[in-house]
Amino acid sequence: MNENKAKTHAIDMSALGRSNAGLSLENEAVAISVDGLKLFYGDKQALNGVDMKIPKHRVTAFIGPSGCGKSTLLRCFNRMNDLIDSCRVEGGVTIDGENIYGKAVDVVDLRRRVGMVFQKPNPFPKSIYENVAYGLRLQGIKDRRVLDEVIERSLKGAALWDEVKDRLSDSGMGLSGGQQQRLVIARAIAVEPHVLLLDEPASALDPISTLKLEELIYELKEKYTIVIVTHNMQQAARVSDYTAFMFMGDQIEFSDTDTLFTNPREKRTEDYITGRYG
Amino acid sequence: MENMNIGHHISRQFNEELEDVRNQVLIMGGLVEQQVSNAVKALVEGDSRLAQEVIETDRKVNGLEVAIDEECTQILARRQPAASDLRLVIAVIKTITDLERIGDQAEKIARMGLHLSEMERPKGQYYEVQNLGERVGKMLHQTLDSFARMDVDAAIKVSQQDDIIDLEYDGIMRKMVTFMMEDPRSIKRSLDVIWAVRALERVGDHSQNICEYVIYLVKGKDIRHTEYMRKSVQD
Repeated sequence: MNENKAKTHAIDMSALGRSNAGLSLENEAVAISVDGLKLFYGDKQALNGVDMKIPKHRVTAFIGPSGCGKSTLLRCFNRMNDLIDSCRVEGGVTIDGENIYGKAVDVVDLRRRVGMVFQKPNPFPKSIYENVAYGLRLQGIKDRRVLDEVIERSLKGAALWDEVKDRLSDSGMGLSGGQQQRLVIARAIAVEPHVLLLDEPASALDPISTLKLEELIYELKEKYTIVIVTHNMQQAARVSDYTAFMFMGDQIEFSDTDTLFTNPREKRTEDYITGRYG
Repeated sequence: MENMNIGHHISRQFNEELEDVRNQVLIMGGLVEQQVSNAVKALVEGDSRLAQEVIETDRKVNGLEVAIDEECTQILARRQPAASDLRLVIAVIKTITDLERIGDQAEKIARMGLHLSEMERPKGQYYEVQNLGERVGKMLHQTLDSFARMDVDAAIKVSQQDDIIDLEYDGIMRKMVTFMMEDPRSIKRSLDVIWAVRALERVGDHSQNICEYVIYLVKGKDIRHTEYMRKSVQD
């Protein structure tokens, strides 16, 4: 009996057929490198020196209580915080090998490469077609054939094509919330970004639209690096490959999602994800 | 996570649900422990009424398994527990499966006891069954203690006892084979004794499984089919 036990000690976990089993941050290519990032809103410090390597073509989720800095951190990745006057940033964020806080950075081009989707869907008061074409027209693309092709591809990529292909000239505002959110994603991917930032993209959606969006996120990660901020921990657990737990401006724990949700290293993470008093 | 406090959830109701399910496991454990000890007693003393009682009480053990399973399913569906809470629910589901099987083994021993009570008693008065039964009962008791206290060190130590139980079981088997060769008239009785000690040996295995769940619960490590237990002792 004892001899048998010794023989069976190596178990082939790959036999379980899980695609994300054995993910490890060390083995990933880096898409976004955050180095000692500090951020201040006036006197108030919102990020206390965050270091993080966000893996390429994976879904990374940021979770944490309100005011922990997760949205702030996300907004640093395409310099959305520039729009706030009192905001000051120290440290660096490197995307595609370039410090995006460098002097020579073209912010408009940065935001093309790093697309963003917000909590509330914000389609323009234009037709579905023009919503998706918007970024391309900004780039000066006028050729109708090119536009048609990219718009179809983007709407298909956002899993919306079948629902809107017969009414592309209808207003984007007339779509349901879930469809609007996917329209906004189509608009973001039309300009072929490298990174997609999603700031609570499903918090205004019903459960079915949420599941469609999550399915879309799963498909999109083949081409894009995705970073998602969510208050819904089950959502983070469902969609992400890696999860970072933030608390009061610090990154407390960053590891593969399986580990973080079954056996977190830090007590503060454990308390948060199990709903205990901190 | 070394701190295994079930309490301190923001939702008090969730605290109560987890506490409740854990208590029920301990109640079930207590019942199963008593079943094993009664079954051994019934066999050794030839007490057919006690044996009958053990057989009937197994229904209660089965009922507890179903009830606790149901409660765990409810918790999973309604609370979506994570981290140590999730591990607790998983460990409970697995533990009660092993407890239920220990209950089945107790029933088996009781049935053998019923058979044997109708036969002539041997000179040894089944002392080997009694010895093994005491050892297995102690192991089961300590296993449940380690579960109640969520004590990893105790769980590792307790699970070691399974080796001794296996040795003792082998010894009894050899003895029974000798008996049967010496006196073919003892074959029927010896076979029943073999079934009973085999059941006790299985109780040891199930207890060892529960020890492994305790380690999973506290440490988050699945150590089944590994050398973890042996290494921990050598270190």
